Amino acid sequence: MSSPSSAAHGTSAVSVWDGGSSPLGVSYGKLMMWIFLLSDAFTFSGLLITYGMVRSMHPAYTGSPEAFQFSTQYWPIPEKVYEAIPFFHGLEAPLVFVGLMTFILIMSSVTMVLAVEAGHRMDRIAVQKWMLWTILGGLTFLTCQAWEWTHFIVGTDTPTMKTVFDTVTGLSKQVPITGANLHVNQYGPQDFADFFFFITGFHGFHVFSGVCLNFLIYFRTVTGTYNRRGSYEMVEKVGLYWHFVDLVWVFVFTFFYLV
Amino acid sequence: MAHHSHEPEVTVLPPDREKIKKLWTVAGILGVITAVEFIIAFTMPHGVLKTSIFVLMTIVKAAYIVGEFMHLRHEVKVLMWSIVLPMVFIIWMLVAFVYEGMKFSEVNFLNFGS
Repeated sequence: MSSPSSAAHGTSAVSVWDGGSSPLGVSYGKLMMWIFLLSDAFTFSGLLITYGMVRSMHPAYTGSPEAFQFSTQYWPIPEKVYEAIPFFHGLEAPLVFVGLMTFILIMSSVTMVLAVEAGHRMDRIAVQKWMLWTILGGLTFLTCQAWEWTHFIVGTDTPTMKTVFDTVTGLSKQVPITGANLHVNQYGPQDFADFFFFITGFHGFHVFSGVCLNFLIYFRTVTGTYNRRGSYEMVEKVGLYWHFVDLVWVFVFTFFYLV
Repeated sequence: MAHHSHEPEVTVLPPDREKIKKLWTVAGILGVITAVEFIIAFTMPHGVLKTSIFVLMTIVKAAYIVGEFMHLRHEVKVLMWSIVLPMVFIIWMLVAFVYEGMKFSEVNFLNFGS
């Protein structure tokens, strides 16, 4: 069960070596989830630290935000890169869309924790309700990210000129670049686009796996598996994973969109 | 399905109003911090101070998510520290590598972007 009693250790003749007590006061599954999340946090830290180091190796844009223009010579300022919102082409709304995505993910974390609370009370109907909201939040986030990626890949109306060394003629020439992928990037140095795709992509994949797990939990709640088992601890374990996904986004949001 | 016939009797407890209120308070705090981050993003010039404020606010948000939503603050202290301590070193690693990157750019033997 989720909370082993410490009373078992006291005056009773049963020693801790006789079993029945969980190490660190949590069940096996929850402890393993924590250890997995710690290792997953290391992976994300590796990505974000590399991003931070490579970014600080590049020159930063030092002029005023109003005069900013995209160039492959310096790292861009985020409010100029992420300023588009769906259905309003050409409207400058810096950080509004990613702000909305952040809000959606935080809200889905709240509905998840409410599902966990309902699980503690064995309230199957409430668990179903809050799991559905959580799944909806996750799917909305994923569709937002799909739109954001599409916009990032397609690029802005005006291309950025990039100086390219022509190996045939031996001369430098200017070529227009629109959008970004793993080979070209109109928003700044190539590393910027590469890290954007790798880090937000890796996080997006975590959200996708989280939605799949959430759906599994929802399905098993509906079919009454946890009622028969007498415990909704699986909701808690998957909840830990879902909060972790939200947690990583908090860091991605800061290091990609704010700093 | 056959299992409907022997569905166990489950006692559903009433919602814990106190706990739910606390969860919404945490959600509110997270929302407010994000809103303040937005304001700072458009009112402060880019620099070390702005970055430091953002990182600090991010850590506060992370502490609320891990401590309250993931319930780590209410777990056994040994479990809490085994998760938190490694991350403290990770933050140090981040600071060290970003500093390293800045020094690296001063050497400037790589010509980026051209």
